[in-house]
Amino acid sequence: MRKIVILAALFAVSAHADPSFETLERGRVLATAGDCIACHTAPGGAPFAGGRPLPTPFGVLVTPNITPDRDTGIGAWTDEDFIRAVSRGIDRDGAHLYPAFPYVYYSRVTREDALAVRAFLNTLDPVRNVVESNQLPFPFDVRATMIGWNGLFFEPGVFKPNAAKSAEWNRGAYLVEGLGHCGACHTAKNVLGADRTSRPLQGAVLQDWFAPNLTADLRTGLGGWSVDEIVEYLATGRNARSAASGPMAEVVAYSTSQLPTADVRAMAVYLKDQPARTASGVAPMAADAPAMVAGAAIFQDSCTACHRQSGEGVPRLFPSLKGSAVVQSDDPTTVVRVVLNGALAVATDAAPTAPAMPPFGWKLSDPQVAAVATYVRNAWGNAASPVSAAQVHELRAQLAATSN
Amino acid sequence: MATKLPATDVVIIGLGWTGSILAHEMTEAGLDVVAIERGPWRDTATDFSPAIAPDELRYAIQLDLFLRPAQETLTFRNSPTQNALPIRAFGSFLPGNGVGGAGVHWNGQTWRFLETDFIARSHLTQRYGKGFLPDDMTIQDWGVSYAELEASYDKFEYLAGISGKAGNIKGVRQPGGNPFEGPRSREFPLPPLEMTYAPSLFAKAAREMGYHPFPTPAANASQPYTNPLGVSMGPCTYCGFCERFGCANYSKASPQTTVLPSLMRRSNFTLRTECEVLKINMDGTGKRATGVTYVDAQGREWEQPADIVLLCAYQFHNVRMLLLSGIGTPYDPRDGTGTVGRNYAYQSGSGVTMFFDDKTFNPFIGAGALQQVIDDFNGDNFDHGPLGFVGGGSLAAATTGGRPIGYRATPPGTPRWGSKWKKAAVTAYQNTATIGNQGSSYSYRDAFLDLDPTYTDRFGRKLLRMTFDFHDNERKMAAFAANRAEEIAKAMGAKQIVKRGLADHYSIVPYQSTHNTGGAVMGSDPRTSVVNRYLQSWDVSNLFVIGASAFPQNHGYNPTGTVGALAFWAAEAIRTQYLKNPGPLVQA
Repeated sequence: MRKIVILAALFAVSAHADPSFETLERGRVLATAGDCIACHTAPGGAPFAGGRPLPTPFGVLVTPNITPDRDTGIGAWTDEDFIRAVSRGIDRDGAHLYPAFPYVYYSRVTREDALAVRAFLNTLDPVRNVVESNQLPFPFDVRATMIGWNGLFFEPGVFKPNAAKSAEWNRGAYLVEGLGHCGACHTAKNVLGADRTSRPLQGAVLQDWFAPNLTADLRTGLGGWSVDEIVEYLATGRNARSAASGPMAEVVAYSTSQLPTADVRAMAVYLKDQPARTASGVAPMAADAPAMVAGAAIFQDSCTACHRQSGEGVPRLFPSLKGSAVVQSDDPTTVVRVVLNGALAVATDAAPTAPAMPPFGWKLSDPQVAAVATYVRNAWGNAASPVSAAQVHELRAQLAATSN
Repeated sequence: MATKLPATDVVIIGLGWTGSILAHEMTEAGLDVVAIERGPWRDTATDFSPAIAPDELRYAIQLDLFLRPAQETLTFRNSPTQNALPIRAFGSFLPGNGVGGAGVHWNGQTWRFLETDFIARSHLTQRYGKGFLPDDMTIQDWGVSYAELEASYDKFEYLAGISGKAGNIKGVRQPGGNPFEGPRSREFPLPPLEMTYAPSLFAKAAREMGYHPFPTPAANASQPYTNPLGVSMGPCTYCGFCERFGCANYSKASPQTTVLPSLMRRSNFTLRTECEVLKINMDGTGKRATGVTYVDAQGREWEQPADIVLLCAYQFHNVRMLLLSGIGTPYDPRDGTGTVGRNYAYQSGSGVTMFFDDKTFNPFIGAGALQQVIDDFNGDNFDHGPLGFVGGGSLAAATTGGRPIGYRATPPGTPRWGSKWKKAAVTAYQNTATIGNQGSSYSYRDAFLDLDPTYTDRFGRKLLRMTFDFHDNERKMAAFAANRAEEIAKAMGAKQIVKRGLADHYSIVPYQSTHNTGGAVMGSDPRTSVVNRYLQSWDVSNLFVIGASAFPQNHGYNPTGTVGALAFWAAEAIRTQYLKNPGPLVQA
């Protein structure tokens, strides 16, 4: 009986859509740009069948099943239902979605593109997987609260091209600000979880990582990166300076490394054109400051084998700390957590070696981690605020809490 | 009772160097491949962190990465007249365990055998006459020539990012390289490692004596390297923790640092770790392998059917698997008939330890293959006519790492303990260097492997029995090499020189070398070889047996370069010949 239902569902879908191969392929590329698979796949679960818990500052949300299963997925949704969810954050039943689903960004996607994504999703195998998405505590579990939130922070509307810029720039802007939803991680949030629109793409903390500044700031942003270097990073997970790890590893693995090069380049062109905020001058710490002396000794002992004495690492294998935006970010969360817990770089077809930074939390004390972090933030011409043992202590506790 | 699994195109037994290379080549050819590995999964990121890797007690003394005798061991005797007893603690050689196999724990010396090594018997007979070789010496030609293997050597060296200096490119001598080597098609992928003091001193003395020193080809990357699979290696830090250790810096070539990152991404590759193959299954004709039966970590038995079986375990595991599976005819030393287990060989080490009183060698700066070497007394590079022996070795001064527990040489006359020992040990640490000969070990009628009649493993299968002793030819060769080493040591200015040659009888207790060879040798005559020139079983054409088990005898070098070359050589034969027309690639 179930077989018949599924067959009927498939028939219904194919009968009413019947999209061309070009549309399906465009939809696949756009869904890839949107990185839908990353959030909508549980660890070890069927692709797009949902069930992945997403930690947010307000509690845990579990991603829904977006395969074309009629009962538990979105197979029964009409195209209009889909468009409304993507562009306005309202689901089939009229309930408000939470902005962990980045409709604030997806709203900018054209109707034609959104339908192509839908057409692609319709080609997936329907997977029966019941997901209870809303596991937030009161009052956040009341979806109607999103009405007020949307009134304050959400401006629906399709992307408007900038006629003064190139077609490539505009394609990049469309992807970065739309499906790519880069700002979801890289733009700081206010207390209600909405983007601080005054500080677009200037970096933000989430899940105990600092998603770095993507603007042209020379010290903490992409100012020193060429368009080619941004392209290589997005397409392979590596460039001569850096290696993608943490949440960005997933973005590279599922999304940017799978995109057509022209789209990746367009994103790079747009990102490269983001003006730096007026940076407050930061002077490097004196090399003879006690933390620097202690940090230099720890660095020499534990870090130089990979990152080299010069801090420059090995291109495409061990990231350069010298000149690194992540290392010098105003918020030291990433550099401290990587020393404490280690990190694994993404593996891609172009760069299959996935080198790891080993954890040092078990052998370095809070003051030692603070010293070595302070050192790498202020050696070789780097400049950034010192890291305190208290900051390390706090992050260590947070990391222990999230890993248990 | 084994549960039958869905069939696959290829099943590979063991995921070390040869298994990884074959798996990569077979998946690239579009075949579905299942690899079955007895030991655990190991990778650099999780197993060889630089924060813990140089733990000498754990890895070098307690042998963390190695096979435990309780998993599998073998019995040993020096001669067929003795009763063999089980090896209950590995000593003379240390078989690896787990993904990467011996490729994880090796030093990284990556040699090509000499052109004449591949035609050992015909060349030596031609040059010195029919009666020159001892009657009981059973060396033979490989059935494949150096020239034929050259492209495969090249593939392995570029896969593994070998650091070295060519001595012969397309027949043109290259200054600074080995003048005795066969022609290479191109230079090494990386330049030689930076040289430390002791090897440099050796090279200077050797050169002044008219010899031809050069840096050993090293699988310790001298520079960052990305291989043809896109897999990256970091530059060696000269930490000196290679042999018995995994490399934490992605610097020592291993399956982990050169093949697995690419292989593990392939959807047509499946790896089953902690699964031990019990036997290769045969069909009713006895001419065709149908797959393997294995036991998983929970003790459940599985049958994995496959069209092609690739036996890629360690040398003596390969031989034992053939014997346990009833493939081929076991060797009988009494009349020399049969082939499986025949021509087991090893390595004949000798050399000198040198004590200086005015040197600072800083031996803690090291790498597994960081050495200067001469090939003037290797293979048939010198006239054996007046010497009364055949064979030779590569004579080298190495700095592989002055590790705190193991590196404790003291000069003769030093007490074994107490304050005088401590004082001598401290002084000798900086003042000591060695010259070692990686001596050839030719094969003999009474050196062989078979199944032990008495002892069994935890599954009730018969253990492998090793029958081996040194022979006079090797004793003479080793003594000759030690004498040459002594002359060089004197020229280097050593104040005390301690010579070592071969023991009266081979002992499995002190560590000597994990270069076990033969037992499933390759060749062009099925009466004297187990596999043909493509490593294909003469008896079972869908079975290939790949590794040092195929060496008809062992030559004066470390074996891994040739093992890697044989893996690529077999892979190419399978891809370009066997898959198009499955069956014997050479008619018996």
